[in-house]
Amino acid sequence: MEPADEILEDDDEALEIPADPMRLNMGPSHPAMHGTIRMVLDLDGETVMNVDVQPGYLHRGFEKSCERGTWAQVFPYVDRLNYVSPMLNNVGFALAVEKLLDVKVPDRCQYYRVILGELARICDHFTCNGASAMELGAFTPFLWLLKVRDWVWDILEKESGARMTHSFARIGGMAAPPTEGFKDDVRAIMPEIRKVVGEAESLLLKNRIFLDRMEGVGKLSKERALALGVTGPVLRSTGVAYDVRKDHPYLVYDRFDFDVPVGTDGDNWDRFMVRTEEIRQSLRIIEQALDQMPDEGPVSIDDPRIMLPEKREVYSTIEATIAHFKLVMEGLKPPKGAVYSFTEAGNGELGFYLVSDGSGTPYRLRVRPPCWFNLQAAREMIMGDMIADIIPTFGSVNMIGGECDR
Amino acid sequence: MSAKVVKKLQSVLGDAILETSSFRGDEEVRVALKDWVRVAQVLRDDPELAMNHWTDLTAVDWPEREVEGQPRFDVLFSVRSFEKKHRIRVKTYVKDGEDVPTLTTVWAGANWAEREVFDMFGIRFAGHRDLRRILMYDEFVGYPLRKDYPIDRVQPLVEYRDADDTLKLPPFGIEEGQPFARVDWEERLAGRDEQVSPSIAVQTGQRRALSDSEIAEAQFAKKPEESAAE
Repeated sequence: MEPADEILEDDDEALEIPADPMRLNMGPSHPAMHGTIRMVLDLDGETVMNVDVQPGYLHRGFEKSCERGTWAQVFPYVDRLNYVSPMLNNVGFALAVEKLLDVKVPDRCQYYRVILGELARICDHFTCNGASAMELGAFTPFLWLLKVRDWVWDILEKESGARMTHSFARIGGMAAPPTEGFKDDVRAIMPEIRKVVGEAESLLLKNRIFLDRMEGVGKLSKERALALGVTGPVLRSTGVAYDVRKDHPYLVYDRFDFDVPVGTDGDNWDRFMVRTEEIRQSLRIIEQALDQMPDEGPVSIDDPRIMLPEKREVYSTIEATIAHFKLVMEGLKPPKGAVYSFTEAGNGELGFYLVSDGSGTPYRLRVRPPCWFNLQAAREMIMGDMIADIIPTFGSVNMIGGECDR
Repeated sequence: MSAKVVKKLQSVLGDAILETSSFRGDEEVRVALKDWVRVAQVLRDDPELAMNHWTDLTAVDWPEREVEGQPRFDVLFSVRSFEKKHRIRVKTYVKDGEDVPTLTTVWAGANWAEREVFDMFGIRFAGHRDLRRILMYDEFVGYPLRKDYPIDRVQPLVEYRDADDTLKLPPFGIEEGQPFARVDWEERLAGRDEQVSPSIAVQTGQRRALSDSEIAEAQFAKKPEESAAE
């Protein structure tokens, strides 16, 4: 038999294999690009040679919109940044303005914020891990995890009145004190969460398809991750133990005993496992916070220049009426200056850079969205892998459009 | 916590540090634009500083400063060190139209942050390899986060890029959208309007309440000007 190249040389109708890279457009409305992201890929066969990630399809002018209202009117907007864990954004923004005002909320409120925030973080990780598994064909873990997420949302709904966009934090406290039976509700679902995390793991961790798609795919090195400004689970999966809760404790995180899980390779598998372990660590934090949280005492600071007075007072006394009017019409007035306040949100370091000119309106409000920098690093994770690997890699980066594009 | 970073920077760079400030525990240094990259390199490479974790870069627009002959923009970046756990914020003043040297050569993470500042403020970064708009689209006119860009400005929908004569109409009228910004920057910069909030101004007598017909007239008068700008 003749060698193949000789056959091809002799044949006039030899098969022409295109040698140029193929350009493929993925997104912005692709089912796996949750949120709207466009990727322009240069492909050599199935290998991604180059990729241009284009965010911006969900840009709503968050920062500009904040420059026209009062400081308190920003809360509904921050809910819509990371809409998977809005409570963490709420608390993050409240802490930023409190830093600008140099006030500290009462102890009870701090624990309350920690518990609600950790519940939101659990929801965030559930959604990310569940969706990653679903995109690889494992639909059952997704449904199981979302079932529990709904139970957590029931608690958040009972506390704040809204399932998703809570707008529950206030500058100087929370909108309402914990409801009766709050601690019992949280204690009741904790074993369920543990159980379901274990069940979901048992379905996935020994599944050959899942392992093949996750292990060694979408790698990111430690040094590159740091230089690119990656934070959160994506950074921890590369082996960098950076967690704002541990390194720069805010609220009362320094009073809890918890671990920061880290990965070694920075691949999809590590990101998945870091998130799974963080759910368990969040449960540990909640357990300790529930034990330490006082049952009595105020949740909001008592300062008529910052907190709205009680409605009952507003209708019956002139002082409260005036305080209410001033706060609603002019807004609270932080001193001139600029602060950068940062917290650990579901995807990493959520920073708020606030500039105040002394008036009741934010002069400039910059959000440092963790997704923005994580997504920037996604280019390096995707390049060199196969086109099908984009789906799990992008899923485990957990890009949230609202936060990334603002 | 990062006060020692400021001290170290001062000892290494001396006069290059023009100003230092500390507000609520946030240390900030101001440098001249020409020292921008040099400071960044010292921050990254000095073993005592070792700022290897990129955090953020942003800008603030102060149009009133330009009226006084001062540079209009603050451009600032913040970085942290993973090993030493300290942070610093570095600021510089930039005139409108002036180029800022890029930091992408020092920290790769500056890439998208600089693109965003270019997109939102129109500040160009010299040496940036890929300076395109990132959040807005190419046909967008103006820079939305500048103070003199009105929040209620409506831009026409983009015509289909590969076909002629398919110009679409704006999605909604100019009078819709968000009319109640607290500061009317165009008026303030022209020296005509000092009050903070139109509604407060009406109450305190700084400005009388407009009648419905006057509002309608003002909006009608605005339309041709807007369409001419396009």
